[in-house]
Amino acid sequence: MGWARSHVRWAEHVSFLTRAAISIDVLLADVSSPGHGGTCLFLGTVRNGPDEHGVTAIEYSAYEEMVEAEFGRLLADARGRWPEARIAVRHRLGTIPVGEASIAIAAAAPHRAQAFEACRYVIEEVKRRVPVWKKELRVDGTEVWVDPSGRPTAKPSHV
Amino acid sequence: MDTTPSARVRVRVRFFARYAELVGRSEAAVSLPLPATVGDVVRCVREDFPGARALPERPLAAVNLKQVKLDARVRDGDEVALLPPIAGG
Repeated sequence: MGWARSHVRWAEHVSFLTRAAISIDVLLADVSSPGHGGTCLFLGTVRNGPDEHGVTAIEYSAYEEMVEAEFGRLLADARGRWPEARIAVRHRLGTIPVGEASIAIAAAAPHRAQAFEACRYVIEEVKRRVPVWKKELRVDGTEVWVDPSGRPTAKPSHV
Repeated sequence: MDTTPSARVRVRVRFFARYAELVGRSEAAVSLPLPATVGDVVRCVREDFPGARALPERPLAAVNLKQVKLDARVRDGDEVALLPPIAGG
């Protein structure tokens, strides 16, 4: 499926995906420019809150070729809306422990309003369009696919 | 490439995440009479693979890396993906 990579229009991106910890410094360097006075950085991190029933980590998987293509389309849409904005994004895959970032979005614009708007747009579109899935790994050994459209589907581990 | 004269379409079907676990495989090759839609591919998969009966009748689907509706036509050589509810970010 190597042809899918050529759909990514921005030569500075080898990939929108990584299996290592996301480097925020790299993203900020991608978007920084003397004419861009506002930069918004969004991090989505793996959570273990009261609703998560003892999550220790989340295992992220993806339709990787489509993720690359969809991010390309999504960023093209964002650039249509905020032509002056510079946007960089990375999604991490694999097993990510609680507290570490699964996604980082940096959006820089001449003024702060566009930076906030573009950043918000990208994360909301990711939630809607980018084919990534997560399985919660819980302290009791169970594994649960997360379904944002309904209840999680419980499934014992080792099956 | 298929050189038989019968008017059939061969597509590669890919399963991800929970759907791959349910079907017990990550991909399959499916052959259908023309004309065929993504919905026809889903029906065929649900009939041909025992675990696939647990898939929804109307899953999210993509053809060649783009989300499509189930009435979208498929062409020979297409890659059809059945996508569980998206949960990224």
